[in-house]
Amino acid sequence: MAYDIQTWGNIAAFVGGGMCMGVGAIGAAIGEGYTAAEANLAISRNAESAGDIFKSMLIGQAIAESASIFALVIAMILLFTKFSVTSYVTVCAIFAAGLSMGFGAIGSGIGAGFPAGAACTGMSRQPAMSGKLTTNMLIGSAVCQTPSIFALVVSFILLFTDFSGYPVSPGWAAMLGAGLAIGLGAIGSGIGGGVVAESSCDGIARQPLTITPVTNVMLLGQAIAQTPAILGLLISFILIYKGFPATDSLAPSMALLGSGICMGVGAIGPGIGEGIASSGGVKAIARNQEVVGVIMRSMLVGMAVAESTAIYSMVIALVMIFVA
Amino acid sequence: MAIEGADVIRAAAFIGAGIAMGFGAIGPGVGEGLVAARACEAIGKNPKEAGLLTRTMLVGQAVAESTGIYSLVIALLLLFVV
Repeated sequence: MAYDIQTWGNIAAFVGGGMCMGVGAIGAAIGEGYTAAEANLAISRNAESAGDIFKSMLIGQAIAESASIFALVIAMILLFTKFSVTSYVTVCAIFAAGLSMGFGAIGSGIGAGFPAGAACTGMSRQPAMSGKLTTNMLIGSAVCQTPSIFALVVSFILLFTDFSGYPVSPGWAAMLGAGLAIGLGAIGSGIGGGVVAESSCDGIARQPLTITPVTNVMLLGQAIAQTPAILGLLISFILIYKGFPATDSLAPSMALLGSGICMGVGAIGPGIGEGIASSGGVKAIARNQEVVGVIMRSMLVGMAVAESTAIYSMVIALVMIFVA
Repeated sequence: MAIEGADVIRAAAFIGAGIAMGFGAIGPGVGEGLVAARACEAIGKNPKEAGLLTRTMLVGQAVAESTGIYSLVIALLLLFVV
């Protein structure tokens, strides 16, 4: 049973589109559910602030939804665009675009739900802080979306670049690897950024006077928690743009696919771990802001250690791309 | 395109190295983060013991790191030795 290449292109687009939306729906649903659950608890504690809490819940859920809307857009493009498929590299690139955005939406969706939930809880404790909590929640949730935006960018590059000049082997593996590196790599950073922002909203609600150091340290922690996703993006770009020589053997292809899997999966743990580390720092600063310097030093050292396994993954990925 | 046995073995070693280092990095990353979070909270409660707490944190993280290092070693063995 042999199909022509255009048929394979359509198969890749439809399977990729389905996976993109299916996997991409996981994160936002969990995040929004968490927000709504916290909002219900918060309203039961303080029914007088129900209006503010309800508003904040809807805003938070809307932001958490954005990652899955990215996935919806990519799925629609995959379903309704007529791709002119001339090479099997393009077939794989189309499928990889779906993988990238589908996996890439999980972390940001889950992550953005945490600060929104904490903001709702905080409003029930300190109704006077509603405005500042909403601002802090918006900043925190927005930063959570960056990994999914990285995945969106890579998806668009994979969909609309002309790969007809690329050698089929190992080009196909490079494209799949590029999609997996940023798609999987975005999961940890999205969740990690959310965990930091949750502690920050919680801390501001408990100790409103600490808002300045808490917000600053939150932004610092979120920025560092994004680094594993940035490493994934770097490996994706190398895999897409390096241009690998044609080969007849299987090993070079598997090295490129392996480097994408290595960097993508390897970025999940450090992203989440750095988020947890930084959330501990933010909590401690909210309770005891006289020792910001000491706490921040420990937090940064701890985050650097948690980053180390992401660096190992990057080293192994680079070795497979450039040396092996 | 004829694929020989040795080529398949090499390909399997590459994929195995990627999977080993990738999945091996998840646990230490999360675990070390938990350690650092508790250390920060503890320093917030008792800043005078910051030195002791940081030392304990680093030793704990080093132990949590060990499985990540095992993964790295196995990945390097798969790439260069086997």
